[in-house]
Amino acid sequence: MPATHYTKSHEYIRVEGETGVVGITDFAQAQLGDVVFVELPPVGQSLSKGTEAATVESVKAAAEVNAPVSGTVIDVNSALGDKPGLVNEDPSGTGWFLKIKLTDAAELDSLMDENAYREFLKTVS
Amino acid sequence: MRYLPLNSEDRADMLARVGVANIDALFADIPKAKRLEHDLDLPPRKTEIEVERLLSGLAAKNVPAGAVPFFVGAGAYKHHVPASVDHLIQRSEFLTSYTPYQPEIAQGTLQTIFEFQTQVAGLTAMDVANASMYDGSTATVEAVAMAHRITKRRKAIVSGGLHPHYAEAVRTYAAMAGDDALVLAPDVFAAETLGALVDEETSCIVVQSPDFFGNLRDLSDIAAICKAKGALLVAVFTEAVSLGLVQPPGAMGADIVAGEGQSIGNRLNFGGPYVGLFAAKAKYLRQMPGRLCGETVDASGRRGFVLTLSTREQHIRRDKATSNICTNSGLASLAFTIHLTLLGDAGLRRLARINHANAVDLADRLAAIAGVKVLNKTFFNEFTLKIAGDAAQAVERMADLGVLGGVPVSRLLPDKGLDDLILAASTEVNTEADRAAFVEALQGVLSC
Amino acid sequence: MLMRHGRSLEAAEAAVPETRTFTGNRGLEIEEGLIFEIGRPENTGVDLDEPAPFEHRLGSLERQEPSGLPGLSEPETMRHYVRLSRMNYAIDAGIYPLGSCTMKHNPRLNEAMARLSGFADIHPLQPQASVQGALELIAELARWLMVLTGMDAVAMSPRAGAHGEACGMMAIKAAIAAKGEERTRKIVLVPESAHGTNPASAAGAGFEVRPVPARADGTLDPAAVQERLGPDVAAIMLTNPNTCGLFEKDIVEIAALIHEAGAYFYCDGANFNAIMGKTRPGDLGVDAMHINLHKTFSTPHGGGGPGAGPVVLSPRLAAYAPVPFLCREEGGLRLVEQQSEAPGAFGRIAAFHGQMGMFVRAYAYMLSHGADGLRQAAEDAVLNANYVRAGLRDLMSEPFGDRPCMHEVLFDGAWLKPTGLTALDFAKAMIDEGFHPMTIYFPLVAHGAMLIEPTESESKASLDLFIAALRHLAFAARRGETERFAGAPYQAPRERLDETRAARNPILKWTKPGHLKAAHEGRPRAATPFTIT
Repeated sequence: MPATHYTKSHEYIRVEGETGVVGITDFAQAQLGDVVFVELPPVGQSLSKGTEAATVESVKAAAEVNAPVSGTVIDVNSALGDKPGLVNEDPSGTGWFLKIKLTDAAELDSLMDENAYREFLKTVS
Repeated sequence: MRYLPLNSEDRADMLARVGVANIDALFADIPKAKRLEHDLDLPPRKTEIEVERLLSGLAAKNVPAGAVPFFVGAGAYKHHVPASVDHLIQRSEFLTSYTPYQPEIAQGTLQTIFEFQTQVAGLTAMDVANASMYDGSTATVEAVAMAHRITKRRKAIVSGGLHPHYAEAVRTYAAMAGDDALVLAPDVFAAETLGALVDEETSCIVVQSPDFFGNLRDLSDIAAICKAKGALLVAVFTEAVSLGLVQPPGAMGADIVAGEGQSIGNRLNFGGPYVGLFAAKAKYLRQMPGRLCGETVDASGRRGFVLTLSTREQHIRRDKATSNICTNSGLASLAFTIHLTLLGDAGLRRLARINHANAVDLADRLAAIAGVKVLNKTFFNEFTLKIAGDAAQAVERMADLGVLGGVPVSRLLPDKGLDDLILAASTEVNTEADRAAFVEALQGVLSC
Repeated sequence: MLMRHGRSLEAAEAAVPETRTFTGNRGLEIEEGLIFEIGRPENTGVDLDEPAPFEHRLGSLERQEPSGLPGLSEPETMRHYVRLSRMNYAIDAGIYPLGSCTMKHNPRLNEAMARLSGFADIHPLQPQASVQGALELIAELARWLMVLTGMDAVAMSPRAGAHGEACGMMAIKAAIAAKGEERTRKIVLVPESAHGTNPASAAGAGFEVRPVPARADGTLDPAAVQERLGPDVAAIMLTNPNTCGLFEKDIVEIAALIHEAGAYFYCDGANFNAIMGKTRPGDLGVDAMHINLHKTFSTPHGGGGPGAGPVVLSPRLAAYAPVPFLCREEGGLRLVEQQSEAPGAFGRIAAFHGQMGMFVRAYAYMLSHGADGLRQAAEDAVLNANYVRAGLRDLMSEPFGDRPCMHEVLFDGAWLKPTGLTALDFAKAMIDEGFHPMTIYFPLVAHGAMLIEPTESESKASLDLFIAALRHLAFAARRGETERFAGAPYQAPRERLDETRAARNPILKWTKPGHLKAAHEGRPRAATPFTIT
């Protein structure tokens, strides 16, 4: 059963076993507006928690997508190259950014679960 | 005051509406000790007649290019600008509008930028061009910075044929950013071997053609070497008219092109404002500096244009932007576009042929003078003369004779043992009589 | 029937909504194609005689592929660009209240003076004896700038404001290096309300940027600055009056703190127009400040440029000014162009000597106003902004409390929130009323910012109409008339443009239909009328 974890900077990571799928939340995509460009890291790159993993751009804004936890990039969503709008249409599904192999699953404990993130959103909007 | 619509009655009414007793109440946040109690020690307002008289007096102390046989170039060129160009750029709607941030009421500016970008790309044979930089020198600085970003390397190799002011600007910016810029020694004969210098740390090679000394350079070999070593070729030009006749940088493998566009549509203006042309291969688009205009549609499906890919720029990316540029050369780029529209490909090629023909004629005539040698094997409309004597003195003495006969190389490259070199340019504005006057003046100067 | 490039007319007709005219034109508003659609490479509007046959000196480097760029005759060229010009808003046509941009009247005397052949037709490298009048003008303009700002030196070569920022930051870097502190002093403090050029310029000069928050009243708290000062701080970049239209009232104290910490005070002079003749940056402790001649001294914006950004410098930085600069010597003025002649100079930032064309215009503006007129212009600019504020403050919300502003008034989006409309919607509705919108979404410190700068060029009647129209729109918004906002503008040459589409699939130049398939795919139909063949 995959569990989804959230960061305060509005990334999610959906973990299944040792790998996790990273993307931005529905709240984040709505704040950005129409996504026009996504820059993804090369497969094989190692990321440490909280560092820049990707960038996402709308017409009038650019944002960094940080690695929710440390790990190695094992796959990226190349469909976003042609269709960056997937991030808006389906952020938690086809609009995912990258897959990482987790270095330390214990780092997940510092993230929010869905309920906690929902509560957190109430404080930011 | 003729430019201020408010009169004292208006001011009194408005102060009352604002709810303050006097104007100084609105400046209350300025610390009292720092407020100016009296007008500064500068003259009071002047009428239009007085200003015109004063400035005309200053203008009259200068010798305009059009008043004498004129052969000065070295990065800025005297060309004819059709009267319609200056008329059109003075249309209020072009002259007095801002950067087109509200595209629905700025389609005029936006479409002309789109035309400009297409023209620059076509002229240089590159994939994409931006909406302009300040001038050729700052465009070159930006090209080097862009090459650093793309290659993630920090060493630029700068040809000794690059305009010395451009090279100094590149070196200054590089030093500030902590990057390396290796500027090679002046290369009068285009003999330097740049390829041998490219290594795994080199971000780019910066080469100008026609170069500062007028030589045309084949960039193909150096492009191939750059490609093999993972470096980029930055091609520079200072004479845009040359592209009507000379192989464009894009056809020789340039990755980034930086050029001066003053020659088309813009007057000499004592050095500015000019217009920086900037073009690149499509794959480097997102690392480009400056504004870009793109085509789109409006809500009812009509074609329209907007500024686009703005996330590269300072107002969004701030310290991570590709450049700090905001204001560019809008109106000067419009002049460029209008003049190039008047010329068209056929007209530009003919203009370039006339320039070349006049320069060839001048070179042949000057080479016939005893003690004068033309050093170039190839050139477009400018070449280097070696004279038996001091070039700076010769140019000044020719000026006394009423001929502005080129630029002494030592003005830009002092203390390099190049004191006997003159750069001479001839464009479509020079007549045969002008060239004859130059020959006569130089002959006279050298014989006394 | 074919359109010029082979697209069928029938298809085009089918796509034309019924409300549209046959031509797509609307009275005086005429649709105009691109030169690439209406011109041909062999056509020209410039008569030139082919040169007599000669032996070329191009070696093997003759151009192989023609550029293919289209030409037009002169009448066609005039018509093309005049038609396009009519799709632009302009200061000559109406109020242009873009906050922070200072769209004031551009006197035409200045244009005429800049076009005198003694200024426009002189070469930057002709003998200096033949350009003494030009050098005198630059020297005089420099003197005016120094007197107005109370500063010691001025670097005239920066091409625009951001170039001036880079120049000033480089002078600071050189001064720090001269003290041997270049390895330690790497940080530049920049308030969050700053223009984006500030952090970009600091980064370009090799500094690291750290933000400084403003306090609740929109100005900078000396304590917040002090907290961030240390031996690693090189400078602060502060706009004054700031981008919220407020004078930094603690500026003297802030400057003292910066200097005590061994750092430098860079002032962004974009808003100098509000205080010229009222106070001098030199007296406030500023070390370097660029002056946007295209804002304060009214050289035209030209649809995006050119500008000019001379940088005035304090005695602490004067020695590091870049080349070129002017020296007065026996026999006249001389340009010092080589770094070897000026050991302290940090280098050169561009070719030649600066934006002469802009210098002439700015100097004409200064001479016309005089010391008294410049002060009056600042006062009128501030009065006009406060008059607009007084006319709108009961309907719109102010982010930093109830206090007078300087040359521009900042409202935020709080008052719009209940209406569901955005600052963008409101701005677009202004277009239908015949106004250029104010600056929106800047500065970033105010949510839904609307920054209005009327300048001194507006008459009371003009401001009254502007205020009345904005009040009308504000009431309409409150009444829930969302349609007039959400789809606006309806009356402009174009309705809202699809910026997402432009960014997702960038089309940055015209390509021949069918020539490059990828670039052409999904290409919108030209609004241009077609040629009937």
